[in-house]
Amino acid sequence: MSALRQLFRFNGGVKPAYHKEASTTLPIAVAPAPTRLVIPLHQSIGGPPRPLVTTGDRVLKGQRIGGADGNVSSAVHASTSGTVLGVEMRLMPHTSGLSALCVVIEPDGRDEWMERQPFDFHAATPTATRDYLRDAGVVGLGGAVFPSHLKLNAGKQGKLDTLVLNGAECEPFITCDDALMRERADALLKGAAIMRDMLAATRVLVGIEDNKPEAIAAMEAAAARTGDDSIQVVAVPTRYPAGGAKQLIRVLTGIEVPHGERSTDHGVQCFNVGTAHAIYEAIALGQPLISRIITVAGNVGQARNYEVLFGTSMRDLIAPCAPLPDTDRIIMGGPMMGFLMPGDDVPVVKATNCVLVGSRALFPPPPPEMPCIRCGECAKACPADLQPFEMYWFSRARMFGKAQEYHLFDCIECGCCAYVCPSRIPLVDYYRFAKSEIWAREVDKEAADQARERYEFRLLREEREKQEKAAKLAAKTAAGREKAAAALAEAEKPARTPEEEAKHALIAAALERAKAQKAQVQPENTGDLSPEQQAEIAAIEARRAEIREQAKPHLRQDD
Amino acid sequence: MFDALFVMALGAIVLGAALGYAAVRFRVEGDPLVEKIDAILPQTQCGQCGFPGCKPYAQAVAKGEAEINQCPPGGEEGIHKLADLLGREFKPLSAEHGIEKPKAVALIDEQTCIGCTLCIQACPVDAIVGAAKQMHTVIAGQCTGCELCLPPCPVNCISMEPIPESVENWKWKYPVIKLVAAQEVAR
Ligand code: SF4
Ligand code: SF4
Ligand code: SF4
Repeated sequence: MSALRQLFRFNGGVKPAYHKEASTTLPIAVAPAPTRLVIPLHQSIGGPPRPLVTTGDRVLKGQRIGGADGNVSSAVHASTSGTVLGVEMRLMPHTSGLSALCVVIEPDGRDEWMERQPFDFHAATPTATRDYLRDAGVVGLGGAVFPSHLKLNAGKQGKLDTLVLNGAECEPFITCDDALMRERADALLKGAAIMRDMLAATRVLVGIEDNKPEAIAAMEAAAARTGDDSIQVVAVPTRYPAGGAKQLIRVLTGIEVPHGERSTDHGVQCFNVGTAHAIYEAIALGQPLISRIITVAGNVGQARNYEVLFGTSMRDLIAPCAPLPDTDRIIMGGPMMGFLMPGDDVPVVKATNCVLVGSRALFPPPPPEMPCIRCGECAKACPADLQPFEMYWFSRARMFGKAQEYHLFDCIECGCCAYVCPSRIPLVDYYRFAKSEIWAREVDKEAADQARERYEFRLLREEREKQEKAAKLAAKTAAGREKAAAALAEAEKPARTPEEEAKHALIAAALERAKAQKAQVQPENTGDLSPEQQAEIAAIEARRAEIREQAKPHLRQDD
Repeated sequence: MFDALFVMALGAIVLGAALGYAAVRFRVEGDPLVEKIDAILPQTQCGQCGFPGCKPYAQAVAKGEAEINQCPPGGEEGIHKLADLLGREFKPLSAEHGIEKPKAVALIDEQTCIGCTLCIQACPVDAIVGAAKQMHTVIAGQCTGCELCLPPCPVNCISMEPIPESVENWKWKYPVIKLVAAQEVAR
């Protein structure tokens, strides 16, 4: 139910051109059936799932093909029925242009579902429900693809105050949440009710930017139909990035989540509206997450929202929208926060909310970067209350510790700062660079700490073994005591004990055998050669070995 | 005049006592400098620095018995960090101790391995598993890439494999700044 309520505001933000009308003129369409599906196994934050199928397997629609690896992971499923053509490395929808493990499926055209069963979450324990959602592959559909089961936790107090549903959808061109709220509001709110119960939240606030009157009307009507006045639909002022989780929480509840704290510490949890719909489908219909609504917009004849099976190629998806001939790039996401794709032959994944078709005319190349004049415009525009120019300065100088002191990791990469910067500095590129360098160092540091621990343990163990050996020897005979002293002295410098002697004899024997085997498989034509010929061969072999030796360091460097 | 002196002296005595007490009460165990240096070192435990491990090298550096540029796995960045910590001048990596290589892990050719256990004894971080006369294998996640297992292998079946770039470990590149002629900017 809509109510007049006091709204708050976040600092900064910008008002870019929205370009949203083009894709909302037509209702959601089902994307044409793909001829081939390439489903990446790793589609969410957390550990990559293990493949559960092999080449030649027949799979049903909704069948699990990747099992969650531990709790911080999420399963993946076959989006239609068919045959597995292979589990192989394929190009990912990722700026790096690298490949990762994918399950390639040839659809059989029958689109045959596996057996589906609703999940009675009222009867199940919260842990069982979370495990179920993990295995149903439900992740955040706002773009961050964080496994939802990890967020559906009532926290320390066992209850939350507010569940915020994010339908703000502030990024230009993207309208997939708008379309979902217009057409599937009832299902979405059923999902919201499930989430509210799991979180033991007292109220649900659905935040929608006021430039989507149809979605607001549809959601209000659906909320009225539920007859449940704990669910409220709230129109929020249109200003990018109102759809940032922290920003929306601030606007709706006035709560400002400080640096280093989680919103749940303040009794609030935030989910995308698409996630609520996915949870409804998983719990009430027993359908795992195998498709989502995706906006195709930008440099196309007809922009539209499609319900798309994961694994569909972006090229197949944009084809019916008639991309214009000057198309030169594909962006996943919007123009502010999206990622450039390495090509159009990459699959659609859970993180794909929009496939933005671009051209030089639509997104002209950025004008040349100029030095920062410290005007402070970026700080005024930053919705996270950061000092972008300071973070830029330290990221650029690779002083990552300093950049972190300015809370680099609170940056949501919204791009407001770069949008207003008069010097046209690609600030976000610097933040992304600095963040990934810091992550890599973090990983190295963890590995080093582990290595240090293992090394110290090994030293300890060696010391203990030495002492144990000496003690054993001493205990054996009285005469042994002298030997023990000698052995202890010996043990200080590396020397061969009888066991080692035996081992070396064994190795020598094995080497002999290996040599004999090698001799046997020598090619026939080198059997009876003159001594000169043999000498020549030996010389060549020696040269070869030498070259190999010399080449080694170069080879490694090249890698 | 004497009052002022007296107040200052009293202050000095009180503060001195407090500091002295704090020094005893909050004493750090071990040598904090060695710990700090050791925290910077990569813990590859390869011995290329001329010491039998990172900790001994850290101790030598702390005592001023070793230069800060002897650790090839730590690379330039490691030397910079040591220079910052110790207030010494940065020096390029000393060539006699080796060169900085991309990270790699050891891989045992399981067909050729004769199960001699010599590599297990060489591995400083117990990253190799196997038993006598059984095939051995390297736990890649734990391998530091020190290469110490290479020389002892009697059948030369261990090789170093560089860690490939993947979507998970890929890093955003440093933004390239395009140099533009002044006229172009003016236009
Ligand atoms: S807006 Fe651009 S020029 Fe101004 S302070 Fe920020 S980074 Fe510097
Ligand atoms: S990209 Fe980061 S620094 Fe820039 S405005 Fe957004 S949150 Fe602030
Ligand atoms: S050279 Fe090897 S042993 Fe020496 S400090 Fe560096 S990593 Fe450690």
